[in-house]
Amino acid sequence: MAKVLVVTSGKGGVGKTTTSAALGTGLALRGHKTVIVDFDVGLRNLDLIMGCERRVVYDFVNVINGEATLTQALIKDKRLENLYVLAASQTRDKDALTQEGVGKVIDELAQTFEYVVCDSPAGIEKGAHLAMYFADEAIVVTNPEVSSVRDSDRMLGLLASKSRRAEQGKDPIKERLLLTRYNPERVTKGEMLGVEDVEEILAINLLGVIPESQAVLKASNQGVPVILDDQSDAGQAYSDAVDRLLGKEMPHRFLDVQKKGFLQRLFGGRE
Amino acid sequence: MSQTDLPDQDPVFQLKGSMLAITVLELVHNDLTRLDEQLTVKVAQAPKFFHNTPVVLALDKLPAHEGAPDLADLINVCKRHGLRPLAIRTSRTADSLAAEALELPVLPPSGARERILEPVASIKKEKPEPPPEPAYRPTKVITVPIRSGQQVYAQGGDLIVLAPVSAGAELLADGNIHVYGPMRGRALAGIKGDTNTRIFCRQLVAELVSVAGHYKVSEDLRRDPSWGQPVHISLTGDLLNITRL
Repeated sequence: MAKVLVVTSGKGGVGKTTTSAALGTGLALRGHKTVIVDFDVGLRNLDLIMGCERRVVYDFVNVINGEATLTQALIKDKRLENLYVLAASQTRDKDALTQEGVGKVIDELAQTFEYVVCDSPAGIEKGAHLAMYFADEAIVVTNPEVSSVRDSDRMLGLLASKSRRAEQGKDPIKERLLLTRYNPERVTKGEMLGVEDVEEILAINLLGVIPESQAVLKASNQGVPVILDDQSDAGQAYSDAVDRLLGKEMPHRFLDVQKKGFLQRLFGGRE
Repeated sequence: MSQTDLPDQDPVFQLKGSMLAITVLELVHNDLTRLDEQLTVKVAQAPKFFHNTPVVLALDKLPAHEGAPDLADLINVCKRHGLRPLAIRTSRTADSLAAEALELPVLPPSGARERILEPVASIKKEKPEPPPEPAYRPTKVITVPIRSGQQVYAQGGDLIVLAPVSAGAELLADGNIHVYGPMRGRALAGIKGDTNTRIFCRQLVAELVSVAGHYKVSEDLRRDPSWGQPVHISLTGDLLNITRL
């Protein structure tokens, strides 16, 4: 049985696509056949972050409309054997997605893949609704700031009430919190919400904390999922999160202020 | 062809069955003089009751040895007191024949139970029916977190939440509201105007609390020393009281 994961947040710019790319790649790295589906029709980004933008021929909307088969539209990752991407359409908008069409595609993907990672668009409208509707598990990406936390809270409410699982009376979607762009230094200064604060407000299981890192922007611009940069703190944190997703117990890292070494202090270097 | 073309077929009447409450004057003794006297007394008690009152004269309870009364005289006595005999009820052939002679219908003796009618001077007002018992509405109990943007309404009763209530969530109840997790959202008790309702919470960090429309927002609540503490909120007059639990 395939697991359908949705990476969602409500708020934009918190790192949903970065997270989808990282977790999807991480699952594939561990030998699970994985597909990442971009639901952000009209604002196609996932292919850029995955570095496959030049190979997009057919997209998600083409498959829904029957203009292409799933096999034609799936883009195979160049680095990993069992990783695929289903790109969104850049020329259409969210209305091109229908519940029936999306359901059909998800069910078809679920037959051949172990993990279907749905990269949700921001907001709580149609695109975001359809991205989470068929999910078994949700990864709620949140930045440590009040507006992001509130939007995530809203999204958690929708996950609990507006999904297929909720409507069919099955077990609810398993919700997990992924805190991104975390800066322990600013938390100590009181400029940022701490992990405990966010956990207390959202009251869900913590999947991981991704530190704010230069590596993320660099990876995005190069089209390499940050998890493949195993030297970076963000890459390692995502790697831990994937292990937790697969049921491993991993201690949370990068939560405390790192003491700067003598040389770092001398030259004011960052990383 | 429409019905107007056939006036002969247009029904002039309808037959309907109906149960009418009718006074029965039941003779126990064949003594018209005493009947006259006693009727005078009765009529004096409630003249309106006996004015043009249709009655059925029941002769079937008369003891056989007292003989048949003179029907015409009996009817005259009745009419003098305002009663209008409609028919007689009897089992005896003599009475039936007498009635036929007077063209008065004859009813068979009744097996049904009749209750004794006592005329009442003034029509007693019917007691107003007691108001229906308020239907029992079970308390609404919520065990999952109530998230931003969600609204929970306990109609006609109390609301109990055993989980956190997020900022941007709204609790509504016609009755009381109890929150056993942190209360970060809005809580409105007694929204149909019940001023006796209360809000109970383990940790008051609410955006707004209201009892029967009297509210306080977070800005006011934060100044209260019980901010963040377990409290109950009640209404006295127009004043919202926040009391530590």
